[in-house]
Amino acid sequence: MVEIVIVTIVKLLIYFGIMLLFVAYGTLAERKVAGHIQDRLGPYHCGPHGILQPLADGIKLFFKEDIVASASDKFVYFLAPALAVVPPVLVLAVIPIGDSITIGGKTIPLAVADVNIALLYFLGVTSLTVYAIMLGGWAGNSKYPLLGGLRSAAQFISYELILGLSIIGVVMLVGSFNLIDIVRYQKDMWLVIKQPVAFITYMIAAIAELNRAPFDLPEAESELVGGYHTEYSSMKFALFFLGEYANMVVSSAIATALFLGGWYAPVHWLSFIPGPIWFLIKTFALFFFMLWIRWTYPRLRYDQLMGMCWRFLMPVTLLNILGTGLFVILKNGGL
Amino acid sequence: MSWTQFFFYVFAGLSLLCALMVVTRRNAVHSAIFLIITFFFMAAVFVILKAELLAAVQVLVYAGGVVSLMLYVIMLVKAEEASQVKQNLGQIAIAAFIALLLALQVGSIVYLYFAQKPAGKAAVEALKYGGNTEGIGALLYTKYLFPFEVASVLLLAAMVGAIVLAKNRLER
Amino acid sequence: MAVKEEQQFKELMAKGTSLGKVDEDIMRETIRTQDYWINMGPQHPSTHGVLRLILSLQGERIVDTEVVIGYLHRGTEKLAEARTYHQIIPLTDRLDYLASPAMNFGYVLAVEKLMEIEVPERAEYIRVMMAELARISSHLLWLATHALDIGAMTVFLYCFREREMVLDLFEMATGGRLITSYYRIGGVAHDLPDGFLDKVKEFCEIFPKRVQDYDDLLYANRIWLSRTVNVAKISAEKGLALGLSGPSIRGSGVNWDLRRANPYSVYDKLDFEVAVFDGCDVYARYLVRRKEMLESCKIVKQCAEYLEKTSGPVMAKVPKVLKPPVGEVYMATEAPKGELAYYIVSDGSQRPYRLKIRTPSFANLIALPEMVKGHLVADVIAAIGSIDIVLGEVDR
Repeated sequence: MVEIVIVTIVKLLIYFGIMLLFVAYGTLAERKVAGHIQDRLGPYHCGPHGILQPLADGIKLFFKEDIVASASDKFVYFLAPALAVVPPVLVLAVIPIGDSITIGGKTIPLAVADVNIALLYFLGVTSLTVYAIMLGGWAGNSKYPLLGGLRSAAQFISYELILGLSIIGVVMLVGSFNLIDIVRYQKDMWLVIKQPVAFITYMIAAIAELNRAPFDLPEAESELVGGYHTEYSSMKFALFFLGEYANMVVSSAIATALFLGGWYAPVHWLSFIPGPIWFLIKTFALFFFMLWIRWTYPRLRYDQLMGMCWRFLMPVTLLNILGTGLFVILKNGGL
Repeated sequence: MSWTQFFFYVFAGLSLLCALMVVTRRNAVHSAIFLIITFFFMAAVFVILKAELLAAVQVLVYAGGVVSLMLYVIMLVKAEEASQVKQNLGQIAIAAFIALLLALQVGSIVYLYFAQKPAGKAAVEALKYGGNTEGIGALLYTKYLFPFEVASVLLLAAMVGAIVLAKNRLER
Repeated sequence: MAVKEEQQFKELMAKGTSLGKVDEDIMRETIRTQDYWINMGPQHPSTHGVLRLILSLQGERIVDTEVVIGYLHRGTEKLAEARTYHQIIPLTDRLDYLASPAMNFGYVLAVEKLMEIEVPERAEYIRVMMAELARISSHLLWLATHALDIGAMTVFLYCFREREMVLDLFEMATGGRLITSYYRIGGVAHDLPDGFLDKVKEFCEIFPKRVQDYDDLLYANRIWLSRTVNVAKISAEKGLALGLSGPSIRGSGVNWDLRRANPYSVYDKLDFEVAVFDGCDVYARYLVRRKEMLESCKIVKQCAEYLEKTSGPVMAKVPKVLKPPVGEVYMATEAPKGELAYYIVSDGSQRPYRLKIRTPSFANLIALPEMVKGHLVADVIAAIGSIDIVLGEVDR
């Protein structure tokens, strides 16, 4: 019992550390990628090639004056930024970074928790992110953030459905909500090959849920100034920022587990590289994909975004589920 | 007292406390926040009772979906107005009656438990299928198929009704 | 509508709410749902300066737009009355500070027309070349900010990369990057420096390829199309009635470019096409400016070829102290943003009695409320971008 608790705590600390590092260098990666896409260098002055930039950003944000909007609802105003960081950290518990390792004759599974409803847990916990945005928009008692909050609520609820529906195809094939089972199922063939449509809809929905370009309407700086976090400064603003990047990491990690074979190497002769490294590489590839999209496309309009969700993605994901169902039935020997 | 029991009482107590906060807060947004927390603690209770699926659905649907839609409406009401809304709407008699019914229900369960009568069998039955996700699925599609379908049709009708009402208004 | 609502409506009408000219149907809507007012600007990232818009919204749909201007008013016209004709040139720089050569151009042409000065042909070619470079620079900045407003940030930096090349050219020739004050009444301040024309030709080589870069990101991009096609439409008749000019009206299918319609300087000797598209929407205005950049590049190239072959004076014989005859003159030119006109009343003294400037941005801005009515907030941003205003010019 004590052993399990200690091992779990150690694992949590390690994963939390990895995620913080990933998030910190995610912000640097974003700026570097943006820089190179836009024919410039990006951060360059803090350390060689700007490696220390995340540290400098952190210090700057920490020492900025913390302005509290006077007409705000203090309770909600302080609660919202904290809420932004909680969901991605909670999701960490179910991310299957590797299979298991053996230390001193004991086999320790690498995932923090082997939960048989991991996917539902992921969906449930991420669905709480919307409160950070909605409450943050409302608490400032200001119009632009409120508009941002309202937009995000509608966007989030709609795309949450798409996210869930795209996952269902995978669940039907594997027959389990357990992420570890899902990864094991992909030992020979990644699910992205069997479920390409689900992969694409999942990525679109994930980007939309993260409020990233081209779906960054809740924080469209050219329309709503800054969206829901307009009234926030200093560390409170930084928490929203952290939450966004942490969510990106978590979404990429879940997509890796669902579609890209988790910790398995893409080809067999490369399997001498440990699983967790493959997992991180794949996660970063998807992370990079999100950055790439952001710096390439213009922003959709609000009604077009919702139209795309309900008129296009919804039927596509439903058809995908029907097709997958048919496939499963035929494979199991017809009706 | 085992750990399980300890956590059960902690979560149950906290969920009751938050439920109380929901009805006593003057500000509707605060009420909604406490409602979310209440749902969370209830999900924790479900986990302790080994009903993980219910817990996940509780968070996903109620905490994640329903309350955010409620907030959507609440946020559009001006804050000053929201705090001045009359809380006592003359429903005391009805509320008391319903509360009494509920108390009787809970009381009967407690009585049955102490009288060593067998409680509901559903949870045990579900576990036969190997996991409560599959258990609930199997039950929904076999034994309770008809009520399940009726509920779906009802929800569909409600949805269509809501759209018709909203559309009429827009076109007028 | 219920009796009670009808009564409420009448009360609202009787009170004469601040909604003003909103028609009755919309008023009826406002009874059921609360109207939402949003103050866009003067400190807003995409009002291109200190423009302030008061938007009255139904949800996110625009019911009414009130344009509030004057935050950048510097009294250019009044200042001009206290300055000699030469001293006014730097003032004109600061109208559309993104295309200052084009601003100078109109003014010096007006004074020359008033005084009937013959300008050497070499000077005319230099002026046209600089004005067209200014047009390219202005359109690049427009495309950059317009794309940024719609969310395509990469285009922004690409455009600035090329704008930098143009500004470097300005710096080389005039010493100034933004406000050049290069033009003089009767010519230009001095001849072009050595090596300038090579750089210009190099730019003309590179630029069309760079336009291809922007096209890759925008031209047929589904999201770009859905954000711009059929957005902020304005018909040719309505546009003309509101005094739209320049690329904004050519996007509505009106073939009206003063460089062709009423050629001044040496434009009649140059070969270029007038960009006209009849989509009437934001996309059509984008196409017009996109094509204009390429056409301007052609003009610049022709001018550079001419200037390479010739040499000669770049300044006419003009007295040190200018005293134009009593009279008045109206000179309209095609500035990057539309029809720029100077109206000068001279009383025979060293200073103009009155200088009236007809700035394109000011006239174009009037069309904004008309364009965005019934659109969404996001479309306001696209519409502001598509009429390409510069507040220095609107407020003067």
